[in-house]
Amino acid sequence: MGEAVNRKSRSFLSSKHLPDASGHFGPYGGRFVPETLVPALMELDREYAKARREKSFRRELAFLLREFVGRPTPLYFAERLTRDLGGPKIYLKREDLCHTGAHKINNTIGQALLTRRMGKRRVIAETGAGQHGVATATVAARFGLACDVYMGTEDMARQELNVFRMRLLGARVVPVDIGSRTLKDAISEAMRDWTANVRNTHYILGSVLGPHPYPMMVRDFQKVIGIEARRQILKAEGRLPDLLVACVGGGSNAMGLFFPFLRDRSVKMIGVEAGGHGIKTGKHAARFAAGRIGAFQGTMTVLLQDREGQIKVTHSVSAGLDYSAVGPEHAYYRDAGRIEYTSVTDSDALEAFQLLSQTEGIMPALESAHAVAQLRKLAPRLPRKSVVIVNLSGRGDKDVQQAAEIFDGKNARQKKLKIEN
Amino acid sequence: MSRIQAAFERLKREGKPAFIPYVMAGDPDLSTTRQIVLALARGGADLVELGVPFSDPLADGPVIQRAAARALESGTTIAGIFRLVRDLRRETQVPIVLMTYYNPVLQHGLARTVRDARRSGVDGFIIPDLTPEEAGPWREALRGTGIDFICLAAPTTPAERLKTLGRVSSGFLYYVSLTGVTGAKLAAESELRKQVGRVRRAVSLPVAVGFGIKSPAQAAQVGAFADGVIVGSALVSRIESAGRKKAAASAGRMAGAIARALAG
Repeated sequence: MGEAVNRKSRSFLSSKHLPDASGHFGPYGGRFVPETLVPALMELDREYAKARREKSFRRELAFLLREFVGRPTPLYFAERLTRDLGGPKIYLKREDLCHTGAHKINNTIGQALLTRRMGKRRVIAETGAGQHGVATATVAARFGLACDVYMGTEDMARQELNVFRMRLLGARVVPVDIGSRTLKDAISEAMRDWTANVRNTHYILGSVLGPHPYPMMVRDFQKVIGIEARRQILKAEGRLPDLLVACVGGGSNAMGLFFPFLRDRSVKMIGVEAGGHGIKTGKHAARFAAGRIGAFQGTMTVLLQDREGQIKVTHSVSAGLDYSAVGPEHAYYRDAGRIEYTSVTDSDALEAFQLLSQTEGIMPALESAHAVAQLRKLAPRLPRKSVVIVNLSGRGDKDVQQAAEIFDGKNARQKKLKIEN
Repeated sequence: MSRIQAAFERLKREGKPAFIPYVMAGDPDLSTTRQIVLALARGGADLVELGVPFSDPLADGPVIQRAAARALESGTTIAGIFRLVRDLRRETQVPIVLMTYYNPVLQHGLARTVRDARRSGVDGFIIPDLTPEEAGPWREALRGTGIDFICLAAPTTPAERLKTLGRVSSGFLYYVSLTGVTGAKLAAESELRKQVGRVRRAVSLPVAVGFGIKSPAQAAQVGAFADGVIVGSALVSRIESAGRKKAAASAGRMAGAIARALAG
């Protein structure tokens, strides 16, 4: 049985699949960029298509993932959390244990190899939470590439630790002080830099976003998460999981986990967006709850926008989910009914952050805490026999300072209330 | 023949390059834009490019980003811009081209955008993030209307692709003079001349050059080998520093200086 499943998964992975040759997932995806960038995207597409067919490329990537990133990451049975929530058996896919502390490096390693193949000596990246910036700075150091990372000044303030980490790794962090001063503005600035320096620079985009081939390529580099998880759960439980849960900003960790399970019809999947202060307040990043189709930053996808097509400013406690667009492939599978999407609020996520820290001794990134929070809501309604995998996409060290400030603020307010009463 | 084609034909006969100023519609507000466009036309503009503000203009440098932010701040919408053009048509027949990112058009509706453009007298569209590969539905909406869809070509565009762009584009082809965003530094003249020659050999349309042209002298230099010269950021910057009351007069003077340099 195990062998049959494996064979099926292999043929699935090698089979023709979305996107189509022009990068479309149904009505989504494609390439909506200034003409200057089109030749570079075509070159990247060609180079990636060539590389993925070469044994030597795949071997080097596998080697680096094993020896440098530390893969495979464990699929960890969260015994105390399982007991605490009183529902299904909960497994955590420990992407937080990757080198640099998040799944982001799976993709940056792959793109660094492509950069070298294309003979480019400089990489740029955008970053929200700083995890992708750190992962890019890391591979830039490893491969001897010059590296500039664009980061909104608002994000620099809330993710100070990662700013220091990038600088220590030899990258230049370029503050972006326009618009909302968060991820979307960092992406715009990175694209402007790329437009100006496209001949010697590769843009290491960090999620399943942007123009073709990025959504496909980043997914392919991230699907190692799901390939491993599938093998691991079959070994641990002798069967496929009933449910997969992952947070969705751009959606690379979620697509990485989900993709290798897409044809396993029995496996349900839930992507969790940032509900911020709540959908009704308008201060959130729940694209599927309040967005509609549009073209933005290189791709056609579901966006938070006003009637005029102006992009809305989002809010989330988690910088990595604080973005107006979702990856086009997610939009496609939402329409197809294959993946379900929901959102949890900032405070749900913060509670889950504490819960996982205290039940398992694992501090999740605030992004990943959104997935844990959704599971917490669902668990009581799920049968005890069912098996769930939560993607723990990153670790929470970067968020400690921010969480401390929020919790201290809350305690101070509560104390004040008590005194006033 | 479209108004844009007619303008290029006339200029060809006169042996002059087209002067194409760009301003952001609604910067600082639409009634000022109306005066600015009239001043540009009086100053010698052969075509006017009107920017439609977008929250995230990724092909634009800081000057036009700020202009877009001001225009959005003043409540500018694409519908408002169509009304402005309709009003302008009572006073000027200068060809007007909207330069807009794709999403505002998409949200206004492709068919509705084309209908509004026809009714108001918009002559063409430049959509920097809409490549020929993605432009199918938009070109379908434009079919038979006589409204031009002006494509952009860049220094990175290979010869084969130039031909495609030349086929898809109508009215003229917009050659982006540099690898970069609007308002960056212009390439060396000899290099630019070579590049424009390459583009002209590949396409039969008139080729207008934009991005980075800031002064009458630079305009004249580029005008010596291009069919049109587009000046955007420099003009927008002038409008920004002039302030609401003096914006139109100041833009008109700058346009006049450039038009004279091109004619001379």
